[in-house]
Amino acid sequence: MMNVSTHGIGFWVAGTILALTFPFSALFVSGFSRNEQHISIYSTVANYSLAVTDRNGQEYVGLLEILDPLGKVRAKGKHESWKVRYNDVESEFTANKTRVRVHGNDFDLPAPFLLEGNRGLVPLSSLSLLLPRILGGPVTFHEASRRLFIGTVGVRFATQINKTIPPSLVINFSSPVNPVVATEPGRLRMTFTREPLLSSDSPNLNFDNKIIPSAIYQEQDGTAEITVNGSSPLFATFSNDGRTITIAPAPRAPTPTTQNTPSSSAMPAAFSALTNSSTKRYFAVIDAAHGGEDRGAILSPQLAEKDINLIFARRLQQELESRGMPALLLRNEDTNLPEDKRANVANSLHPAIYICLHATAQGTSIGLYSALLPSGEEIRGPFLPWNQAQSPYLVSSRNAIKILTTEFQANHVASHNFSASLKPLNNISVPAIAIELAPPQDGVPGFNSVEYQQLITASMAMGLSEARTSLEAVH
Amino acid sequence: MIPRHLLIGVVILLTASLTMGVYLWNMRARVEETRPSSTNNKPVTAPVTGASEQVTLYVAYDDPGILRAQPFRIPLPEGRQQRAHELLQALVALYLDKASPHELSAGSEVRDVYLVDPGLAVIDINSAFANGHRSGVLVEELTVASMVQTLSANVPGLTRVRILVDGKERDTLAGHADLMNFYDVAAVGQMASELQVSQ
Repeated sequence: MMNVSTHGIGFWVAGTILALTFPFSALFVSGFSRNEQHISIYSTVANYSLAVTDRNGQEYVGLLEILDPLGKVRAKGKHESWKVRYNDVESEFTANKTRVRVHGNDFDLPAPFLLEGNRGLVPLSSLSLLLPRILGGPVTFHEASRRLFIGTVGVRFATQINKTIPPSLVINFSSPVNPVVATEPGRLRMTFTREPLLSSDSPNLNFDNKIIPSAIYQEQDGTAEITVNGSSPLFATFSNDGRTITIAPAPRAPTPTTQNTPSSSAMPAAFSALTNSSTKRYFAVIDAAHGGEDRGAILSPQLAEKDINLIFARRLQQELESRGMPALLLRNEDTNLPEDKRANVANSLHPAIYICLHATAQGTSIGLYSALLPSGEEIRGPFLPWNQAQSPYLVSSRNAIKILTTEFQANHVASHNFSASLKPLNNISVPAIAIELAPPQDGVPGFNSVEYQQLITASMAMGLSEARTSLEAVH
Repeated sequence: MIPRHLLIGVVILLTASLTMGVYLWNMRARVEETRPSSTNNKPVTAPVTGASEQVTLYVAYDDPGILRAQPFRIPLPEGRQQRAHELLQALVALYLDKASPHELSAGSEVRDVYLVDPGLAVIDINSAFANGHRSGVLVEELTVASMVQTLSANVPGLTRVRILVDGKERDTLAGHADLMNFYDVAAVGQMASELQVSQ
């Protein structure tokens, strides 16, 4: 009885202490993580980023974390001594001592080695001294920006200004890159977190051009950045498999809609390439669903959904353009785009309609779908929640579906229409529909019939042509 | 000349190994006898105690792509959460049948249903359910609508439904139906009425 009561008090006291200390711990942790610094490591094996720890005013990093992605590593600690074996090289460290033995040779670190539990921390300033001995190869460390290059890795770039009207800045990279692009008033910033980007010339680049006068290369906190200054808003497009970035003045912004469009301000650049810098206004953005490793449904052992989607998307584009309705293919090759990025691109282009194409092997009836909006927060103010971006356009989307259904009926094509919880319909801030293509009566091989493709896409184009006036009135 | 003690040792070891060989052979034969004739992937459910009740299951029909509200009598337990689980188990059992109008892959199972007040139901299906599900907008929507509508028709007060796979979030059911969002019961009800042909 006594024991139970004592334990009860014990738990009560422990609980109270935990409850009191938790908010302070949480505050400390959140404050710490906000100020967390990183080191980026680039090698032929892997590119990675590690957190840097501050101890007594010195920056430290875990040695095991550095070596682990590079090769076979094993560590053993006993009292103050810590041994680490990387491939065949054995290194010996002593807690709070600067003296280190690597492969039988002694030398001193610029600051003491620290042992925390079984985690060995080495000062950042020692990496260019220590790592070549352990790894047995050249290491370049940009200490101020905490960027470590192991071996002969590096992506170089060269710039060229085309003084056409409007001018454009072409940046050629030695390897494909995929920076995060952010546009700010008067400049376009590209941040390279994963690429071992190195400055080729001087960090300050002057182009003797009024619209794109200069660019700056800089490194900080484990990243490299190229900032291009411009006297008008700039826009980046990618080509040559990500090896070339062309920066030019952005096309004039379309007329703003009544509600603000949810879109990402910093869009990975591979996708901004899709939003071609031409000032062309598209009637339709056609999205061939899936692509790349995402094959979609397996329609037959030889036929994947992603391929059929693309074939019909290309045909639909032709049919629309032949009727004077410019259309853009969101995916015109066998690559996969994340759903959010598809929505971002479609939203930023402000077409009259977004059409997403799917295909199935089941049935012979073509499915026409509008968004099934999820329950969520109430729409307050001018901003739309990302998952409900479609809500103001749902009526227009359903009207377009009605017109398409009528057109299919007129051409003796069976169809049905429902709502579907299908990405990225909910995130599209223009009228948006999804079409699930079904094979003709003779089954899946019939998808390859040119006549069938013609019948379906021409029916769609005719329906969209009828809906054109009401769709364009939405904007 | 082999020493006598060595000879005796070898004989004993040989005898022991022969005896063990015979014993293993017998054990193997016994295992073969007790092994089931084929693998049964059907979910094993605990027997339900409770009176049989009439419920409405919303059954998906792939051809022509509709939901049908159908009455069934199934034994239901007392607890609200257990009842919800049992309802979906009954629905999935229908789909596991070879003659099902909306076939699910063998091993598909609703692991659990959690009723989280106010008005939220979380359906936890197993990975065999999602991994083996046919891919397509309509077939996936039919599965989701059928489960959500069956729950909302028989468990009063539901407003939202979330679907997890093996207790974890998953982007889509089989490449199309979005599982990252909460399904609004009213919106699914509207969709179900579009899909539905009452018998």
